[in-house]
Parts: sequence; structure tokens; C-alpha cells
Amino acid sequence: MLRLDGIHRSFGDRLVLDDVGFAVERGRLTGFVGGNGAGKTTTMRIMLGVLSADAGEVTMDGRPLDAAGRRAFGYMPEERGLYPKMRAAEQLTYLARLHGYDRADADARARDLLERLGLGGRADDRLEDLSLGNQQRVQIAAALVHDPEVLILDEPFSGLDPLAVDVVVGVLAEHAARGVPVLFSSHQLDVVERLCDDVVVIAGGRIRAAGGREELRDRFAEPRYELTTAGDTGWLRAEPGVQVVDFAGGWAQFDADETTAQRVLRTALDQAPVHEFRPVRPSLAEIFRDIVRDETAEAEQTAAEQADATSPRTAEPTPEQVR
Amino acid sequence: MNARTPSPRPAVPGTLQSTLLVAEREVVTQVRSKSFLISAGVLLVGVLAAIVLGSLLSGRTTDPVRVAVVPETVALVDAADDLEGVRVADVAEARAAVEAEEVEAAVVADTSADAVLDARVIALGSAPERVLGALTVTPEVEILGDPDPEFGIRFLVSLAFGLVFMMTATTFGSTIAQNTVQEKQSRIVEILLSTVSARALLAGKILGNSALAVAETAALAAVSVVGMVVTGQDELLGALGAPMAWFAIFFVVGFVLLAAIFASSASLVSRIEDTGPVLTPVMMLTMAPYFVVVFFNDNDLVLRIASFFPVSAPVAMPVRLFLGEAVWWEPLVALVVLAGTTVAVIALGAKIYERSLLRLGGRVKLAEALRES
Repeated sequence: MLRLDGIHRSFGDRLVLDDVGFAVERGRLTGFVGGNGAGKTTTMRIMLGVLSADAGEVTMDGRPLDAAGRRAFGYMPEERGLYPKMRAAEQLTYLARLHGYDRADADARARDLLERLGLGGRADDRLEDLSLGNQQRVQIAAALVHDPEVLILDEPFSGLDPLAVDVVVGVLAEHAARGVPVLFSSHQLDVVERLCDDVVVIAGGRIRAAGGREELRDRFAEPRYELTTAGDTGWLRAEPGVQVVDFAGGWAQFDADETTAQRVLRTALDQAPVHEFRPVRPSLAEIFRDIVRDETAEAEQTAAEQADATSPRTAEPTPEQVR
Repeated sequence: MNARTPSPRPAVPGTLQSTLLVAEREVVTQVRSKSFLISAGVLLVGVLAAIVLGSLLSGRTTDPVRVAVVPETVALVDAADDLEGVRVADVAEARAAVEAEEVEAAVVADTSADAVLDARVIALGSAPERVLGALTVTPEVEILGDPDPEFGIRFLVSLAFGLVFMMTATTFGSTIAQNTVQEKQSRIVEILLSTVSARALLAGKILGNSALAVAETAALAAVSVVGMVVTGQDELLGALGAPMAWFAIFFVVGFVLLAAIFASSASLVSRIEDTGPVLTPVMMLTMAPYFVVVFFNDNDLVLRIASFFPVSAPVAMPVRLFLGEAVWWEPLVALVVLAGTTVAVIALGAKIYERSLLRLGGRVKLAEALRES
């Protein structure tokens, strides 16, 4: 298990990571979600050791990570980086050799990996001659070519078509199944929701939520239910303890506590055949939006407080004005 | 390590091994690029052409001058190397041949009473210099000590050393700079640095490009030597031998110095478009030795100072050796100064390189790169 604890990092006097801590479990795909500038890339760079933290530590199975341990990581940076003039297989071979594989081994690994990612026929093309999507696959291969013990991928799916996403997910899941902790960030919340076992949400440099995907959805679920019946659902508005969110004919969505919801279900069954009755759990996108909305509101509030605190001073007449 | 990993992870390569791998990539990439092959080819052909043309223009292989001779002067003309005698019966016939421009001039017997020499030269428009030269008798000259190179050769040799150093250093220096910025711009440097140390990366870059630079210069030297031997300019070669050997040694160390400066300067910026301002001072530093030796190659003081100054020593010291102005210990001292500077600059450069490689975005200030971690 890869763990971060109490990571702080500032650039100048701007605090970009504030007490960041979470775990990436072995054998699970962990999604790392956050808006632009939330601190995802900085966090990943610190995990990789290409950037140092001001405070806090990164541990692997309880032991602090050192340079030797990090060499076994597979990393895909957000800004794609490979040599444009080198051939696809050749650069993968080069990277594998830097990890200690001999030339023949490295070459075999590179070609095998490109084959699995559906690029077998383009292995000897120069990177700049490949389409962006295919360059992306080579980039993913670069993170995997040395059989990493930890995988950290920054936005691995951006620019991939849905089929390519499935191929890549297949390969990542295979690594996870071998017990490799896999962390990837993404803006595509639907993709994260579909693929991840665990989710970490970061906003404003702080971890806002972390845990299993379903657990998170339960935790952030409002007591909301959805009802579909053969009859009309207009009567719901008159039920005590029920707040109707939306309704249309035989379908309605409403907020209510557990007992009230069960009572509503019984009433509905008495009135007309019920097709569906279920608690509504928010999608990851909705959870994320809520978190970010809270964050923005909070930031505005602090900004307002600060403005209040400083206003008396700014209101003081300057010497210029006195004269 | 995970027990389910199919094959055991190979041993992590050491710094030396990583350095060699990086160097290998630099060399392979460069050798494969068309622009490199073309520019190297043009340079080699150019040098060869210069040597061959130089030898042709110096007039070594011109035909002997045809002159008319009367029986009395046959022996005189036959003795001269550059003249070919055309036999005529008498003076009148000789005059006719000159007037008909069948011959350059005529050498006839001088029978007048106040004649100092036995022969008289008849020409059409002006005194025929080559004929007179060929007939002139000069005393043997004995030179004490080493022969003094004449100004032309002196200038040419300074120019050659300066040009070779400048061209190679700017070509490979810019390649190093370009590769450094490109790695930074394409962010592959993040992947590389999670695998190898910045030091190994820098060392590999310097090593790979130095090897190429030395190889190209060696090819140039080989072409020059072969060209000089074939065109029969062996004496110049003899005079150049020792200075060329010194040049080679100075070149290698001096190039490494410049390579380190190029790489660490380039690491300060993140985009190819921004390299201009940071590389301008480095380029000037690279070209300075060339201008110094070309403009001051007859100014002993300037040349002496330049031959000890690290950046210009690789060019100025061999030139002074060629001119016979340097005492035996001087190149050794200059070499020690150069090597010391190189080690110091590499240490400093590695620090700058390490600290600015991952600073993306704007230009990293030099002071910042040195202070902060």
C-alpha cells in the first residue's frame, strides 16, 4: 500500500498542498479527482520524487520511500513527454534499458506491450508520425514497460477514444490484479466512476473525500428516493415529511427519511402497481460538484471576511487626501 | 517486491551505466539525423577542397615556359628548371618567334662589348618575370634555428584552429542545448528523472556529444593529413604535427567545458523559443577564441593571455605552439587551468541543471537555480 501523510507544499507564498494524506491500496484502481489547479499533478510529482514536499512523508508498505524504491514506479506525466523523432519501440526500449533490462529483453518488452495496446504494426514508426491518440498509447506503454511496482498516471485517458480507453483500462486492471497499486487522475468523472475501486477527491490543495467508490456515494447520498408507478404521483406533494424534488406523471423523485419513505411506498402500492422504488445515490460527478461548490462558497466567505478585516484600514484617509 | 511479478526485476543500473545509455542515445539520434550527416559531409568536403585548391593555386604544377634558344644559349636554358627551349637558327629567327607569340621570350647570346652576362633576353611587351627568375642565380641560404612561418601561413593556421573549434563547439553545443530544452519542453525529463539522476543525464549528454565532436574533428584531421600528403604539402604537415596533437588534447577538455555551460544554460528555460537570450552569452564565449586568434595573431601579449584563459586556450595555445612562441611548460599550465575550470564548471552546471530541470514555465533565474533546492 502506498500512503501519503501530512504532505505540505508551497510555491513561493502560495500553499498548493495542505495536509494531503490518502492511501493507494494494492490490487485496486484508485481515481484521483479534482479541478484545475487543485493540486493533483503536484501531489503526483511528490509521490514520484521529482518534486520534494515541504513536510509530510510518502510510504510504501509502511516504509519511507527512497530513490531506489521510486525507480520501480511507472509514471505518466500530464504533459506528454517522449522524443518526437524516435521510433515508438525504440524509446520504450531505451526507457526499459535505463531500468536495467538488457537490450534484447527491453526490445521484447517494448514490442509486446505495443502489441497489447493495439500498436503492434506501428512499433517502428517515429512518434511524431503517429496520431495523438496513438502517441498517447505509447506514452502509457512508457509507464508500463519496466513492469512497475506502482503506477501513477496523470490524465491517462484524455485524448483517447472509448475503445482505446477500454484497451488501456484492461491493461491497467491487469497490473492492479497483480497487486500493483494504481493511481490515476482524470477530469472525466464518468470514466473514473466506471473504472475505479477507490476515489480520492482533492480541491484547493486539500483532500475532501477519499474511500471506496460505493462508500463515497453512500456517504454523500441525500435521503432521496425515486418512485415509478402505473398511476399518478401528484399525491406525494400532500404527504407529510416528503419534499418532492421533481415529478412527471407516474415518476417522482423526493427527499424523505427512511420511515417516511417506507410509508410512501406502502401508500403507493395501495394506489397503483409500483414499477420501481429505489434510493437515489449521487453520481461521482454530483458529489464532486457539491464538494467544489462548498469549496468555492467557503473561499468566497473567507475572502469576504478578509475584506471586512482590512476595510477599516483602507478607509483611512491617506496623507495625500488630507492635504 | 511483489511475488506475482512474472520475471525478477533486473538490477538497477549504476550512474556510469545510465550515463553510457544516455550517451548512446545522444549519439545514435544524432548520427541518424539527416541535418547532422549533411553538415558533417559538407564540412569534410569543404576542408578537402580547400587543401587541394590551395595546392593548385600555389602554382606547383604549372607547365614550363617556352623560350626560343639559339645554339649558343641551349646549355643555359636546359639548365633552368622552368624553361623549355625551342631551338631556332639565329637571333633573327628568335625575334620572329617572339613577335609571332610562339614563345614567351627568346634567350640569345649577348655579343655586345659591355655585356656583363653572356645572354640577352628578348621579349614582346614587358620583362618576362618567370624567364628572368628561372635564369637568375641566387646564393644558398642557411637558416639558423627553426624556420619562421611567414605571415600568410601563420594567419591561415590560426584561422583553421579557430574555425574548427568554433564550428564544432557551436554545432554540438547548440545540439546539447536543443536536446536539453526539448526534453524539458516535452516533459520526458519527468519520466527520465524518475529513472536516472540528473547528473547521469547531464554526464551522458556531454559524453555523447563530446564523442561525436571529437570523432568529427578526427575525421577532419584525417582528411587534412591525407589531403596534404597527396598534394605534397608535407613540410607544412611536419610543422603542424605537435600543435595539432596539443590542439586535440585542449579540444577535448575545452569542448567538455563548453558542453557543460551549454547544457546548464539551456536547462534554465522551458521552451525552444526562449533559448536565444540564455544562449547568446554562451555563443559569444564560444566564438571569442576564434576572433582573438584571427585579429590578434601577431599580437604576442593578447595571444599569450588568451592562451591561458580557459575558454580561448584550446585555440590560442596551439597557435602559439605552431608559431614557436610558447615554452614547453606553458601548454601544461594552460591545460591544468582549463581542466580545473572544467571540473568546477561541471560541478556548478550539474547543480543548475538538477535544480532547473523540473522548473517549468518561465525562465529560471540563475541566482535562483543556485540558491534554492
